[in-house]
Amino acid sequence: MAGALLACAGCSLHNTQNALDASGPQSQRIEGLWWLFLPIAAVVWVIVIAVMLWGAARKRSPREGMETRGGAEVVVRDEARDRRMTRIVAGGVIVTVVILFLMLVADFRVGQALTMAPGTQAVPIKVTGHQFWWEVQYPDSVPNKTVITANEIHIPVGVPVVMELTSLDVIHSFWVPSLTGKKDLLPGYRRSLWFRADTPGVYRGQCAEYCGLEHAKMSVLVIAQKPQDFEAWRAAQLDSATTPSDSLALRGKTVFMGTTCVMCHSISGTSAAATAGPDLTHVGSRRMIAANTLPNTDANLYAWISDPQRIKPGVLMPATKLDPRDMQALVAYLRHLK
Amino acid sequence: MTAPTLVIGEPVPVDDRAEREQMDRVWGSKPGFWGWLTTTNHKEIGKRYITTAFIFFLLGGIEAAMMRTQLSRPENSFLGPDKYNQIFTMHGTTMMFLFAVPIMEAIGLYFVPLMVGTRNVAFPRLNAFGYWLFLIGGSFLYVQFFLNTGPDVGWFSYVPLSGPQFSPGKRADTWAQTITFTEIVAIVGAIELIVTIFKQRAVGMSLNRIPIFVWAMLVTAFMIMFAMPAVATASMYLALDRLVGTHFFNPAEGGDVLLWQHMFWFFGHPEVYIIFLPATGLVSTMLPAFTRRPVFGYPAMVLALISVAFMAFGLWVHHMFATGIPQLAASFFTATSTMIAIPSGVQIFCWLATIWSGRPRFATPMLFILGFIFLFVIGGVTGVMIASVPFDLQVHDTFFIVAHFHYVLVGGAVFPLFGAIYYWFPKVTGRMLSEKLGKWNFWLFLIGMNMTFFPMHWLGFYGMPRRVYTYLASTGWGPLNLLASVGALVIAISVIVFLVNVVTSLRHGEIAGDNPWDADTLEWATTSPPPPYNFLHLPVVQGRSALWDEGDEHQVAVGTSTERREVLLTTTLDAQPDSRESHPHDSIWPLAMALAIGVLFITAIFTPLALPIGAVLGFIAFAGWAWPTRQDVESESDEKVSLEGA
Repeated sequence: MAGALLACAGCSLHNTQNALDASGPQSQRIEGLWWLFLPIAAVVWVIVIAVMLWGAARKRSPREGMETRGGAEVVVRDEARDRRMTRIVAGGVIVTVVILFLMLVADFRVGQALTMAPGTQAVPIKVTGHQFWWEVQYPDSVPNKTVITANEIHIPVGVPVVMELTSLDVIHSFWVPSLTGKKDLLPGYRRSLWFRADTPGVYRGQCAEYCGLEHAKMSVLVIAQKPQDFEAWRAAQLDSATTPSDSLALRGKTVFMGTTCVMCHSISGTSAAATAGPDLTHVGSRRMIAANTLPNTDANLYAWISDPQRIKPGVLMPATKLDPRDMQALVAYLRHLK
Repeated sequence: MTAPTLVIGEPVPVDDRAEREQMDRVWGSKPGFWGWLTTTNHKEIGKRYITTAFIFFLLGGIEAAMMRTQLSRPENSFLGPDKYNQIFTMHGTTMMFLFAVPIMEAIGLYFVPLMVGTRNVAFPRLNAFGYWLFLIGGSFLYVQFFLNTGPDVGWFSYVPLSGPQFSPGKRADTWAQTITFTEIVAIVGAIELIVTIFKQRAVGMSLNRIPIFVWAMLVTAFMIMFAMPAVATASMYLALDRLVGTHFFNPAEGGDVLLWQHMFWFFGHPEVYIIFLPATGLVSTMLPAFTRRPVFGYPAMVLALISVAFMAFGLWVHHMFATGIPQLAASFFTATSTMIAIPSGVQIFCWLATIWSGRPRFATPMLFILGFIFLFVIGGVTGVMIASVPFDLQVHDTFFIVAHFHYVLVGGAVFPLFGAIYYWFPKVTGRMLSEKLGKWNFWLFLIGMNMTFFPMHWLGFYGMPRRVYTYLASTGWGPLNLLASVGALVIAISVIVFLVNVVTSLRHGEIAGDNPWDADTLEWATTSPPPPYNFLHLPVVQGRSALWDEGDEHQVAVGTSTERREVLLTTTLDAQPDSRESHPHDSIWPLAMALAIGVLFITAIFTPLALPIGAVLGFIAFAGWAWPTRQDVESESDEKVSLEGA
């Protein structure tokens, strides 16, 4: 059954959120451990169950007689047989210990490799957990060259990245299975996690520590790009938001600045500078909205802003009641923020 | 008053009806509702305990079915996040705190006195108190749940999510107080078991002759004594943070969020073995009846139990690898987590040897034992895998873990438990369960179990975290989730078959007789169901298999009082007669004490006035409990016994 399930499951599910479809050295080494552990486990299980079933069903020889003891029919005591079985059981225990030891050595070797320092060329990224989204910063020695974004993490292919993880509310856990194992974001602590992506692609992950109502819809995308594409993206992210030229979007900016939006969000180059929600300076360039719950389209943005509780019940963003034309303008403005 | 001498020898073959009636008067409870409320008989309480815990199992199962319904397809709208989070919290809390630990202790409190050949548990009033408090605590949780104040922060209630800032309202308080209730209940049960096993064994039942289930309960009781205080303290800190404004877990004020995890898992991992060890004891004690030989490797089995108990306290950090434990420290916990597989392996090899060299009879309990090995080994090998830090970092908090621990807990504890119910039902009720329905029950459960949990291993690899109320269609997790949900339906049908079996067999089951399985432990030496005094004459044990090792003459110990409640105490190691101890009468005060403490814990959530109110009520109950009655004074005894005969 195991084999059949494995085969069928393997074919139907091929996505970029898969620990068995590793795209970096970390996840590849862990995947290697699984392909070592799985056959060992399967062989152990098959042997134990085979012995059990054979031992239960085998034909008893006439020598293995029954006797009456204390009024009950029981198997005749056989010291010699029990001694033989003691030796076999002891042998089984020794084999178990050897197997466990080998697994332990393989495990420690992988553990050691994963904790090795990534080198000085690594790209530093700060990730801060919020209910229920990811704040992402690319720090730079020059303060105004720090990139701030949310929920979508761009990284260069073939270059290690070092993440500094913390949380400002409850515990979250950063996990992108195709790239690396998870690490918790703990309030009051800074944890670091390094990994590397070897193939360009979009790698999806989800918060892995239960963090409240919308734990299920707190996803993250890691977009691995060629180094030059990454640098171009980074440079673009440094730009302040431009004032829109078309009148609808321009009206949308007025709407944004005049409603509750500015209480939580910031857009660089404008007076919106709050940090309770995701930074929206380049929100139009992101693939998804609502922590990667919906594709970033006009209709979805409209629905999301009008009533976020319908899409993510329990999300901290309140519904915004606006005149439909104002809402369209607001959506146009946000889409303009590339 | 001169005490009669204790005589060991063959029972005098006279008409014992008068003696039985006399013993019934002394040990029986008063008839009617008052007698029901005041009884301190371990079998009455044990039955209630097992039934109550099983009802919680059914409630937890309904919650599981609701979760599986919600997850059967992507973006399902059967349950919203608020309901789902409450339900998965209730499922975990119920199964761990209100079902698994209590039912194992309850089986111990029912059967340990019978298996060691005594008349009641030590501290029978404490036993009654423990049951009432369990009932109050469990009912409190469910009343709160139906009032929409059920906890929604997980059975582990990690801070700061469960703290005052992120869980306003009373939901997390409900959880913390439920835990406090169940911890006290567990510790109370553990004390009774330890003292009963150490001091009240039948003459001749030296420590190396006690049934393995009794050993398992003894070891488990000691684990409870060391593990439960950690979580009781932690839940009290949480309650203080929430109700009084302390900052144990608040990083902004110098508190620490990881402190909670350490304290919780220092209890939480031993907890798994507190559930699992009694289950292995059930298996080792049932197996001889179905293989017609004593279990192979008794000393190895006992040593395995004890070494598991020690190691279980050294691996809690493997629940916390993702919090960023330094590699060297983590390696230590990896090593212990791997090492604990060795004693578990010893147990499995000994069972295999027992089956191999015995003459198996495939009655329903035996099927559940074979099913247990089948499932538990799967959970065991994945357990060794997740001891590895790197591997765990991929699968931690995913459905792989859900699969792993359901194989361990359902396969490793619920299967033996169902086997045990089929095995001991005749002793408790006097009637057999239907074998035909039992086989349906077993096969449906085995198939449903694998359909539900096997696919979850892969869901974990594909990135599905635990505790998500829904998932997007684009993840591709739909088909495997649907398969798991269908499996859950099969399990539900299997449990319904079981319930039908119980209900019909209670009325129409075949009459069992004293020893329907021809088994070897002492509980089968008395009638089914056993009388209030368990044994008319206290048994004397001559070997490890009490009933099979009886020589030509059936020996009993005669000389404890038949005029008042009295138990025979024996020495701890060799079980030689030591003294006669007068035994408490039925009392209403355990119930009063449980109510007083219930009032204290429940109102403490709402008002600080709970403390003075609870103190006064508790004092009244305590005074009533300790107040000597004329009956007590007259029957006071604690005499060394002199021994006659051999």
